[in-house]
Amino acid sequence: MSEWRYWLNEQRGTLTGLALFVVMFAVYAANHPAGFTANVVHTAANKGVLLAFVAMAQALVVITAGIDLSVGMIFVLTNCIASWIVVGAAVPTALGVAAVLMVGALCGAINGLLVIYGRLQPIVATIATGAVYFGLALLLRPFPGGSVNETLADALTGRLFGVVPSSLVALTAVVLFVWLPFKKSIVGRAAFAAGSSEQAAFMSGMPIRRGKFAAYLLGGLLAGMGGLFLTFFTYTGEAAYASGNAYTLWSIAAVVLGGVSLYGGRGSAVGAIFGAFAARTTGDMLFAFDVDPLWQPLLQGIVLMIAVSIGSLALLRVRNRLDWFQ
Amino acid sequence: MTAAETPPPLIRMEGISKRYGGVRALENAHVEVAPGRIHAILGENGAGKSTLIKIIAGVVAPDEGRMLIGDREVTFRSPAEAAAEGIACVFQELSLIPDLSVADNIVISNPPHRFGMIDRRAQRALAEEALARAGAEDIHPRAAVKDLPLSRRQMVEIAKALASKPRALILDEATSALTAGDVAKVFAVLKRLRQEGLALVYISHRMHEIVELADTCTVFRNGRNVATFPAGSRSNSEIVQMMIGREYSNVFPARHRRPVEAGKAPVLECRNLGWSDRLRDISLSVGEGEVVGLGGLEGQGQRLLLLALFGVLRGMSGSVLVDGRPVTINTPTQARKPPLSMALIPEDRKTEGLMLPMTVRENLSFAALDQVAGGGIIDRKKEQQLIDDMVRLLEIKTAGLDAPVGALSGGNQQKVVIAKWLMRKPRIILLNDPTRGIDVGTKQELYQLLRRLAEAGAGIVFYSTDYDELIGCCDRVLVLYDGRVVRELKDGEISERALIASALNVDEGQEGTAA
Repeated sequence: MSEWRYWLNEQRGTLTGLALFVVMFAVYAANHPAGFTANVVHTAANKGVLLAFVAMAQALVVITAGIDLSVGMIFVLTNCIASWIVVGAAVPTALGVAAVLMVGALCGAINGLLVIYGRLQPIVATIATGAVYFGLALLLRPFPGGSVNETLADALTGRLFGVVPSSLVALTAVVLFVWLPFKKSIVGRAAFAAGSSEQAAFMSGMPIRRGKFAAYLLGGLLAGMGGLFLTFFTYTGEAAYASGNAYTLWSIAAVVLGGVSLYGGRGSAVGAIFGAFAARTTGDMLFAFDVDPLWQPLLQGIVLMIAVSIGSLALLRVRNRLDWFQ
Repeated sequence: MTAAETPPPLIRMEGISKRYGGVRALENAHVEVAPGRIHAILGENGAGKSTLIKIIAGVVAPDEGRMLIGDREVTFRSPAEAAAEGIACVFQELSLIPDLSVADNIVISNPPHRFGMIDRRAQRALAEEALARAGAEDIHPRAAVKDLPLSRRQMVEIAKALASKPRALILDEATSALTAGDVAKVFAVLKRLRQEGLALVYISHRMHEIVELADTCTVFRNGRNVATFPAGSRSNSEIVQMMIGREYSNVFPARHRRPVEAGKAPVLECRNLGWSDRLRDISLSVGEGEVVGLGGLEGQGQRLLLLALFGVLRGMSGSVLVDGRPVTINTPTQARKPPLSMALIPEDRKTEGLMLPMTVRENLSFAALDQVAGGGIIDRKKEQQLIDDMVRLLEIKTAGLDAPVGALSGGNQQKVVIAKWLMRKPRIILLNDPTRGIDVGTKQELYQLLRRLAEAGAGIVFYSTDYDELIGCCDRVLVLYDGRVVRELKDGEISERALIASALNVDEGQEGTAA
């Protein structure tokens, strides 16, 4: 087998996510009254980028064979904080941005500590911390409100050279400066190894704890970036419970669509981004085809169910049935 | 290298003891491993070999004793610390990460890096070099480990150990899955490493491998090192003799075999059973009232054979007959229902046998729900009566039937597992090492129960890692080696000596010398 086929094999999940998105977006744009224009792309990018950040956060944790049910609430909490402190002149704004991102990372770090050192199951630990993060958000913003530095917000949600959505540029930068270094680092490899086979990783003397901790921490950071962008889009902060939950749920969907294995050890945050855009496009497609909004959740649910089922086809080939349960 | 002069040891283990609960795995063990030597460790199941290796590798910590590398005392709290001292291990249970590539795995303990980022090109070069050293150039460094067959994975494991440039290399059954060609390559590598001055510890149950490789042999028995001698100074049968000598502490019930009616077909028979390359051409028959033992070293296919008979494995070849009629067993559900009426008592009662948080009552009635239910509703009265019978029969000591099973002792838990299956009145009972980790008193009760069931007409297949049990309980013993039946021992022939010799696949009469 030649080099590129191994590459193809490694990237299969991500490429599937990409293909899924391309096909869906093509169908959507072709049926959009305005067609494939810079405006349509811009709107789609800005809608999708929020879920993309949250999905990347989820992907990092899922790779370690964990799950983060608090991502949506970190997203909401950082939105509320940003609506207080990302204001004013250049320097206070920059400090505000840094503080918001630090809060995100801190939330992720708390999740990581509970899971790794507290030995709690990720699903339980993050449900609990998610409730705490939402509680804080509600105290900060009992009612929707606040503001944000609009110059910065418009710059990051507008278009570069009148064509490229700047939110996509920001997303690309995050991939280049957060995801790729993580993937290439030793801690990143330890995170993958822990997700694939924690026992083997331990036997091989890998820094499992550091790897998992880094994944949770960076996950919090990325969810915080999502919260920041939400503030840039809406100019306000809101402790929206339903929205936080929806983001958590759809982040898991996006991760699956983007080829990240829920069993851990395999996948990429880039795949999760494609998954997020694909998930967003399902909603937009229903709109383009003029489907009754009442039907949307049901149809999206069916799409999600089919996607998840495809992921478990491999189980049909198992020859020792006890392997099904491992 | 001449054996006349032994260099000072690289690894010294002095007075090492290790207990797991009440079971002592190692007792005051002394072993010295010299550089430039291949040191073979021999012993039967549970003699303490694996525990010794795990201690050297930093996987478990000893309770007592000290370990020295050169003249320096060391304590390893993790495999990483052992690796840092230059100790590399090739484990029987593979330590590879399935989703990572071959190259990723080979350099895993110390990847080449700059500023914390892994240098993929350097990693590739290292991996190629290590694969070449192990004689496994056919494996592509970018292939995912999970896509490789078992024999290739084991070669990757060896390459991985070599890549860390160790001072001491420990191989625990490292050739068990290899093809003959690979074994030859690995042997050439090991001999070269010996010349380069590495200390090598080699654990294998394949006597001819030890004959070919070892310079020094140490025999373990009951957690103690009983003898250390230069390879070649003892014959195979002397070595087998050294491995024997367990303390007999169990009383086995007397055997009253029912006379077999002439012309009656065996309850269970299988012919030329095969599955992947793990089970080959296995034929066995179990008559009514007969207890047939499965012996041999661990992992030679005994567990898989039981799973195969119970309908867990897919894609088997060969045929299975019950009462002389050919049957196809596709699922455990089918296996346990009449007319087959099979039961499988698993070894790992925690994951395969019981639902620990549920009550004794619930666990007991699961397997027999259809007998106590009418139209989908459970008849509590009938259920109660059936359970009472079982608890009495097995003398399960429990505070109350509504206590969670997890709160019972290991022995009583195992009784619940057995009771659970007996409630269906099985005619064919498969047991997978059922007495592991339970106390002597309970063991005895189980032996008596086995006999009673056999006398009542059940056919029993009994796999045990404890040779005493096979000797004491079985009418016949089939010894498995490498997925095949290598020997069938009948009544008078079943002795510890015969069991060990055939488990190692050496002829006990043969007086050949080791190396």
